[in-house]
Order: sequence, then C-alpha cells, then structure tokens
Amino acid sequence: MSNRVEFKLWLAHRISGMALGFFVMVHLAGMIIAIQGGLSSSEILQRTSGNYAWGLFYSLFTIAAAVHSSIGLRTVAREVLGWKGVSANVVLSSFFLGLCFVGLSAVGGLVL
Amino acid sequence: MEKNKNEKQVSVSIWRGDKEGSFEVFEVPFIEEQTVLDLLTHVQRNIDNSLSYRFACRVGMCGSCAMQINGKPRWTCRTLVSSVIRDGELKLEPLSNLPVVKDLVVDMEPFFEKWQAAKGRFEPSDSLVQEFAPIKPKDKIRQKADEAIECINCGCCYAACDVVESNPAYLGPAALNRAWSLINDVKDSANTERLKAVSGDGGCQNCHTNSQCVARCPVLINPTRSIAGLKKYVSLATLKGDI
Repeated sequence: MSNRVEFKLWLAHRISGMALGFFVMVHLAGMIIAIQGGLSSSEILQRTSGNYAWGLFYSLFTIAAAVHSSIGLRTVAREVLGWKGVSANVVLSSFFLGLCFVGLSAVGGLVL
Repeated sequence: MEKNKNEKQVSVSIWRGDKEGSFEVFEVPFIEEQTVLDLLTHVQRNIDNSLSYRFACRVGMCGSCAMQINGKPRWTCRTLVSSVIRDGELKLEPLSNLPVVKDLVVDMEPFFEKWQAAKGRFEPSDSLVQEFAPIKPKDKIRQKADEAIECINCGCCYAACDVVESNPAYLGPAALNRAWSLINDVKDSANTERLKAVSGDGGCQNCHTNSQCVARCPVLINPTRSIAGLKKYVSLATLKGDI
C-alpha cells in the first residue's frame, strides 16, 4: 500500500485510542452518577431523550470505537494470521461500517 | 590435537551449512577468560578449518562478529564463554532474520539496504556553506543525536527484533535509529524525505515497543526510544500537512 496509508491508519488508531480513553472515563462516571439516585432505565431514557449533547458525545464515542477496533483487528489479522490485502480490507471496512450503523442506531434510540 | 584428559571441556554445537544444515558438536578445552571468538578460532585452527565465521577487530569496535549465542544475538569477541555457558554446553547459530551464506556467516545486504531505504545517509545542503552550523554538545537536539550515533551496524538489534521476524518489510531498529540520529543533525537537509521514508509500509509504526533491541544492543543504544521519537515527529508532520 502506498502514500503512507499504513502510517495514517496507525495514527488514526492512536488518536482514536486517546479519544476512547476520554470517552470511557466520562461514560463510566456518568453511569456511576446516574445510578446513585436509583434511576431506572426508563427514567434514564427520559432524560437522554432530546439531549443532543449526549447524542453527539455517544456518536463520537461510537465512531472512535469503530475506527479503533477495525484498524486494530486489521493489524492483528495481518500480524497474527498473515491475512492482508484486498479481502482483509473489504471485510474490515464492512466491519467498521457495521459497527457505525449499529452504534449510531443505538445512539438514535437513546436521543431521538 | 591430543586431548588432555584432566582438561575441562566445553561442548559447543555449531550450525553448519546454509539455510539447510544441521548442528555439529565440537569438544573444545575450557579456558578461563576465553571468549566465544577464541573458542571458534580453536575449532577452526585445530579441529575443522572449513568452519566459516566472521570477525575483524576482536575488540568490540567493528561489529562484524555478531551471531546467536545460546539463542541470543551477541558479539563473539566480547562474550566470555563462562558468562553464557549452560550445563557445559554452548550453541552457536548465524544471526537471525538474515539469509545464511555458510555456517555462522550471514548476508548483511538486506540489513544495509534498509539503511538506505530509511535514508540513513547524510545529505548535505545543496548550497555552499555560508556559515558553519554551531554544534553545541549541550543542545537538546544534539543530545538526541548523540544518544543514537554510536551504532556500529553489528545487526544484534535486527536479529533480536520479533517484528522483523514476522514482517520482513519492516526497516528494523538499526535503520530507524540511524534515521533518528540524522533527523537530529542540524547539518542534514533531507528530513522531509527521511520522515516519508521512515513512515512507509515497513516504517516506524510497525514497532511493537517490545524493546528486544534495547536489551540486546552491545553498546547500550536505545533504538526503541529513537523509534518513538520518529513516530512523534512523523505524526506531527502528518497532522500539520508537512509531509
């Protein structure tokens, strides 16, 4: 692969990893705070519904997770299984799109 | 050669052949303060003069005598038999990750080709020098170059690197460390091209930071730190759009 695509993928993997560090901390803190008062899941959903700030947060979280896991799995496929080239790229691009679709659908269910 | 029965012996298994071959066992007298190179010289002069191995300076200056000693890359000239022997036995193999020419001699060409691929050659500026670039030993950038500059190309780090083993396209710790020393050389003018060269398919991003290169470097260079520096420089240059 030319044009330093491998390095750019590596960089995207690192940046998405850093972003995930922040997202996971906020997510865990939010969960712990939310259940302190004994909120039920339907009460949580009432609060998230229409909250576009949380919608944006979890959308970015989803995309970062999809980027990070797809590139990471692509590296594992190449280094551990020796699976690389067009077939691996197609499968892992599909995996990325699938994760984005499923994750963003869930965010939609939470916010819309 | 007649063997003294009271003499302590070392049983040394030496790789014979090229890619296809087998170990041959030799019994060699054990002498205190004997290096592995002394032991090989004894085998070649007294037992089998067809044994091939490489050496030049014998004092840890040239870097030509590296090989796998009991599974780890080391210089034979600076390794005492007494410090590496296990249960009276020693196993000597050619350096890993390089094609074997014969016995303990490897072809270093792929190793040096990667130096060239990483732009490991000093590139002076095109214009005539108007003023000398001041090189102050205490400059932070100079200190980074100084940390990396003592490499003598022995190939120990390259043989120890598990990424080179699994990905033959990877430039390897020595070539990347060399590139890092030049990137921190203010007299060099090819850094843009060099940053591109070290971030291609076999570039610095492949390093797993296992630090096997650090553990095995006989002159105590830290190629992992140099590669981490390259990752940072290339990342910033990529994000800024400079390369």
